[in-house]
Amino acid sequence: MPTYYDTEVASRLMLGTAQYPSPAILAEAFRRSGAGIATVSVRRESGGQRAGQAFWDLIRDLGVHVLPNTAGCHSVREAVTTAQMARELFGTTWIKLEVIGHADTLQPDPFGLVEAARILTDEGFKVFPYCTEDLVICERLVEAGCEVLMPWGAPIGTGLGLNNIYGLRTLRAHFPDLPLVVDAGLGVPSQAAHAMELGYDAVLLNTAVAKAGDPAAMAEGFARALEAGRMGYEADPMMPRDMAAPSTPVLGQAFS
Amino acid sequence: MNITLNGTKQETGAETLADLLTEMGYTDARVATAVNEDFVPAASRAEHRLNDGDRIEIVTPRQGG
Repeated sequence: MPTYYDTEVASRLMLGTAQYPSPAILAEAFRRSGAGIATVSVRRESGGQRAGQAFWDLIRDLGVHVLPNTAGCHSVREAVTTAQMARELFGTTWIKLEVIGHADTLQPDPFGLVEAARILTDEGFKVFPYCTEDLVICERLVEAGCEVLMPWGAPIGTGLGLNNIYGLRTLRAHFPDLPLVVDAGLGVPSQAAHAMELGYDAVLLNTAVAKAGDPAAMAEGFARALEAGRMGYEADPMMPRDMAAPSTPVLGQAFS
Repeated sequence: MNITLNGTKQETGAETLADLLTEMGYTDARVATAVNEDFVPAASRAEHRLNDGDRIEIVTPRQGG
């Protein structure tokens, strides 16, 4: 099972906590999938509603690791300050670092991401960077202190799956010992299985589960796909070939 | 003095960040704070004096992906 900064997590699924039809369905999705990490955010407290406390109680009851994010931050300063607030609120040094560079694609700003990763690592954070599958950017993130990489499969919320198989495979080959997580863009379980077959360690989902007609069933479907894909990867798959090769013995065939 | 609290301009008589949280009813709430985009740890709120025009963020745990 994957180990992030010396913490082993007994699941290959990281699950977001946003957009569910209800808190009960959110909890059911975690229960049925066995997801080991929940991503969360910090947002402005509004009025006297104390929604934050109720949400915190719900997450604590899930009994999973908590990974706060810096979602929506477009500058290094915003991201660093948000991470510092998240560390105090959630009592963890883990941070899913997002520095968004483009409003339409929510593509990470690679320059800001590397700079923020360096600052936060120096401050003792354990950074989980949401990045593209660009090899050079990923090398810079590792140099900045990141011990896990989280390249996108496709833009957040699109459900398009793994858009750049070659790029993802290249990352796996170049960082054989680093935990790699496909973060964002997955829509259906087969795409998660594919990520496992590429040798990835985990996937991070939110919209694909939360916006499914039956979120809890979809969460379990993803969990099973992850298990199947990982098992296939570890079983050393056959090499594909262009020409057919009969599987039934040719020797002894009648009429030959 | 005039401040901007979570994006909304308002007046306050609070002299420190801790006073402002008390004024807003957040004394026991699970919140984190920033002033002018700099994080202010909970332990520093009582000494952190507010100035006219300060931009203050009070945040809390929320759903995220």
